[in-house]
Amino acid sequence: MFFWSLVLIAVGIFSSFIYGRSRIKLNSKKQGTKSKSLPNYYAQYVLMWCLFPALIVYFSWAIFQEQIIQNIVISNFEFIEGAVYNEGLLLAEIRNVANNPSFADGKSIEIINAASHYSSLRQISQISFYTSIIIIMLLGALYASQKLKPEFHAQHTIEKYIQYILIFCSSVAIFTTIGIVFSLIFESLRFFAEVSIFEFLFSTEWYPFIPIREGQTAAEGSFGAVPIFAGTFLVMVVAMCVAVPLGLLTAIYLAEYASQRVRKIVKPLLEILAGIPTIVYGFFAFVSVAPFVKAFGQSIGIDASPTSALAAGMVMGVMIIPFISSLSDDVINSVPQSLREASLGIGANKAETIKKVILPAALPGIVGAFLLAISRAIGETMIVVVAAGTAPNLTGNPFENVTTVTVQIVVALIGDQEFDNPRTLSAFALGLVLFVITLLLNIIALQIVKRYRERYE
Amino acid sequence: MSNSKILANGVDVYYGSKQALFGISMDIKEKEVTALIGPSGCGKSTFLRCINRMNDLIEICKVSGSIKVDNEEIISEKTDVVSLRSKIGMVFQKPNPFPKSIFDNVAYGPTIHGLVDSKNELEEIVHSSLKKAGLFDEVKDRLNEPGTSLSGGQQQRLCIARAIAVNPEIILMDEPCSALDPIATAIIEELIDELRLNYTIIIVTHSMQQAARVSQKTCFFHLGELIETGETNKIFTNPDNTKTQDYITGRFG
Repeated sequence: MFFWSLVLIAVGIFSSFIYGRSRIKLNSKKQGTKSKSLPNYYAQYVLMWCLFPALIVYFSWAIFQEQIIQNIVISNFEFIEGAVYNEGLLLAEIRNVANNPSFADGKSIEIINAASHYSSLRQISQISFYTSIIIIMLLGALYASQKLKPEFHAQHTIEKYIQYILIFCSSVAIFTTIGIVFSLIFESLRFFAEVSIFEFLFSTEWYPFIPIREGQTAAEGSFGAVPIFAGTFLVMVVAMCVAVPLGLLTAIYLAEYASQRVRKIVKPLLEILAGIPTIVYGFFAFVSVAPFVKAFGQSIGIDASPTSALAAGMVMGVMIIPFISSLSDDVINSVPQSLREASLGIGANKAETIKKVILPAALPGIVGAFLLAISRAIGETMIVVVAAGTAPNLTGNPFENVTTVTVQIVVALIGDQEFDNPRTLSAFALGLVLFVITLLLNIIALQIVKRYRERYE
Repeated sequence: MSNSKILANGVDVYYGSKQALFGISMDIKEKEVTALIGPSGCGKSTFLRCINRMNDLIEICKVSGSIKVDNEEIISEKTDVVSLRSKIGMVFQKPNPFPKSIFDNVAYGPTIHGLVDSKNELEEIVHSSLKKAGLFDEVKDRLNEPGTSLSGGQQQRLCIARAIAVNPEIILMDEPCSALDPIATAIIEELIDELRLNYTIIIVTHSMQQAARVSQKTCFFHLGELIETGETNKIFTNPDNTKTQDYITGRFG
């Protein structure tokens, strides 16, 4: 149904465009004056008045139709005294019968009646949907065509409309973000209603199990997130230990030593690293790196578990190399050439110039790159899910199993869960903390990078 | 000819396939100011940057021919560029102090070349260099402030102090006053006159008045060729070449 209505709208906007174009030409010829804007702008004006009201009707129908029909069907349903009904199941049954009459066998007369009521309502709805789309398009076109006079500045109006459209598009992302934040906050509040915020932030026991049966007391959950944050921090530190030296030295090589040709090949190659799906990194960490870490741990006498902070951190470090190298490379490149010349002109060699002039000048930007990489690292999920384990260990030993915030969110949400127990809700509290931390890091990083830019431009 | 400091012979420079300098030969005397003049794009800066091998920084730039500094060939693979550049200081068109303190800006050269053994010695060099550049009195109370906080003219003198702190014999100046106002320019010109007593100076300038005021020798470049070279007085009053005549009287350029 909705496909054909799209065709209808397409036909409508096409004909309204043609109509607007020919109408303005006719009108200006009649008046003997040249129109203020080009004919296409008048045509677009009619088109917009035709299209947008129709779209509004279209979407409101798509959103509300089913709900309204269901409400009418239910409110007219002949409930039998004394029987217990589940509204959801009842509706599903009615819909099934309506869509497929062969299901009607053996159903009660009330259901069959309701199903035919449902089908007729849908038919009415469809007919009124098409009629209202056609009417609204005609009304729009009619309103617009009143304005099709040569002295009307169609171009100005169109530009204003386009601005509204652009504002609408950009606000979609903003409202989505706000929506996400609010859903995080409200669900977290539900969590903190059951678990105290002090226990969550300061207790060191993470044991997120809740009684499955009524009266089962053996497993009382405890929600101290400290080991989770510690695990996240440990993995992040390992990752930065890998990524900072490799990324920074790569950036220095690319910006200062590599020839144009090498740079042109190496930089995109590095950026491919950033494009590898993180789950692929995850099984690389689990299949290749983790056994190596375990073997290495054993060879130096440390008992390493098959999944470890070290394995996950190392691979995560490789993953964020391009963030650091690419951003630092840009920052180093934007250090003015005149500073290089000044240093070399005094007789400094390349290494001295880089160490004493270029890196200090680029430092704020490089720190900004580090912070962005950190926020990427602590938000990363798949690598740690696969390679870091799920045990909430409070440990500083990178050979041990640890777990991170993102892993615990995955664990909490996997499986058939109702959103009414603290175990599932803990995911939102963890998500909220993660969100706040990465948001702060991003803000600080962007501020640093911005201040640095201002200094040279 | 004994006091010839720089001797260039048949210097050609190519940027990729485009030739920028055509067989430049020049003899620069010790402790004199030589001005290189000519219209934009004539190759005077390119030539200046050959003398301390600054053109090495440009990947596509190829230099051939011979330049001898103190009778030593410098257009060669074997040249020690670092020690060459410590002997030849350079001041650039736009003042380019490091984003460090005034003191550290001047101390940079002596430190990397290991010219000093103690903090006192370093301080002495920094102070005397700032004095020679005529900046000391203006900044002596704020040596720890960033060099970028100074005015344009002060920054340029700071760059001169930075260059002379490593005790060079030659100073190359690439339009050192083009970004400065007339008063700052006058101060720098006065300074150049003083520095002439101790250093050999080569200055690229767009201002013919400046060339006439500060230099003893003048070389006129046009389209990558050295048209005429001689005593500044003679070039500006009675040049041999009609192109030089046209340029200094403002008929083109």
